[in-house]
Amino acid sequence: MQIPDNLRYTASHEWVSAPVDGVVTVGITDYAQDQLGDVVYVELPDVGTDVSAGDPVAVVESVKTASDIYAPVTGSVEAVNAGLDDAPEHINESPFDTGWLFKIRVGDAGQLGELLDAGGYQRAVEKEG
Amino acid sequence: MKRTPLYDTHVALGARMVEFAGWSMPVHYPTGIHQEHIAVRSDVGLFDVSHMGEIRVLGDGATAFLQFATLNDPGRLKLGRGQYTMLPNDRGGLIDDLYVYREKEQEYLVVANAANVEGVLGHLRTLAEGYDCHVVDESATWALMALQGPGSALLLGHVVDDDLTELRKNATLVTSVSGCPVRLSRTGYTGEDGFELFCHPTDAPIVWDVLTDAGAVPCGLGARDTLRLEAGFPLYGHEFDETTNPLCSPFAWVVKDKPFYGREAMWDRSCPRRLVGLRLLERGIPRQGYRVFRGDAAVGQVTSGTLSPLTRESIGFAWVDAEAAEEGTELRVEIRGQKVPATVVKPPFFGQ
Repeated sequence: MQIPDNLRYTASHEWVSAPVDGVVTVGITDYAQDQLGDVVYVELPDVGTDVSAGDPVAVVESVKTASDIYAPVTGSVEAVNAGLDDAPEHINESPFDTGWLFKIRVGDAGQLGELLDAGGYQRAVEKEG
Repeated sequence: MKRTPLYDTHVALGARMVEFAGWSMPVHYPTGIHQEHIAVRSDVGLFDVSHMGEIRVLGDGATAFLQFATLNDPGRLKLGRGQYTMLPNDRGGLIDDLYVYREKEQEYLVVANAANVEGVLGHLRTLAEGYDCHVVDESATWALMALQGPGSALLLGHVVDDDLTELRKNATLVTSVSGCPVRLSRTGYTGEDGFELFCHPTDAPIVWDVLTDAGAVPCGLGARDTLRLEAGFPLYGHEFDETTNPLCSPFAWVVKDKPFYGREAMWDRSCPRRLVGLRLLERGIPRQGYRVFRGDAAVGQVTSGTLSPLTRESIGFAWVDAEAAEEGTELRVEIRGQKVPATVVKPPFFGQ
């Protein structure tokens, strides 16, 4: 199971990139995609939507289940990964790269400090497993 | 949690194990449900279905008893043949759906869903009191595997001595695989040609290895569900339960016009709702319990749904009001608050 050191994480299994010009990229972790199994459908938020940390903003559906994806931080949706419409399997194959879900323009940079680092997320996953 | 004789095999293959009807079962192997599904549609897959229950019914009154207890016609079966059938309750609904094989003139092997084995056994035993026959639980006696897919006859032909081209659909053959006695039937629940192999539990890992070494792809319950759904087959607990009348479903053909247990409650009833197939016209996945609308009126509920791995269409079953059940009726399925257009279609959901 991969947990890259350069990312931040939530206990609900989203990863968050370091901000670039105030924008973070968000996806689901390798652990999350493995738990879900083959992803077949993704519902993404509209670009421009204002979101609060903890809001359900996207849905990732695998063959067996539909799973809510939460906004890790407050801000507005800057972009979504339209490529997932035709190739949702990118989430399984490459969860930290081509399987990214959406980008958020961060409203409160302080929230980024509240996210888990790789070690913290590792421990959260171990507790679950 | 109960384990099938193939539990260690599944774990060694890296299967994701889940609880299903009190059993620890593989939902999929490392390559995932999609690959397993495609393997069965294009070549050969192998499923462990040892969790299912086997019940032997034998005695001079066995045929008369099953004629009364089940909805299809066991008397029509030639020796060695099997049929899909259902077990009615006395309220116009179903206790389970079953496969019944006629092994001798007055001896049958009944295969029941894992979740219902106890209920089926209890019901059959009570009902059998008026008949000259015995009901014996053989669930622990049998391991059961399903070898499914267009390449299954060719693959199996290499590992048994018998000529399988002569084995017709629903027919049975007693043979052996690597010295292990196997009761083979040309049956399955995927919509493909295939075989079900009953064998002694201690032999199951040997038979499994022979078949996978010959090229069969291990498949879990996830693919079993997407395959049966795509093929338009019902699953008890989804399409059918204690309250559903099979005469109001596409599977009314199973019910024969004869005296049977609970006939009064099931027969001659109008159908206020019907079981239909659905295909979504836009993106989204219908799931069990989602509400179905016609215009703004709620007309029913989804019982199963998935994205067809083969056609990439979103498909499912739903019980809907009879007036909304006509093929081609425009309905809407409520998915997370959004009403997604759908149309009533006739299963199966892929060309056969």
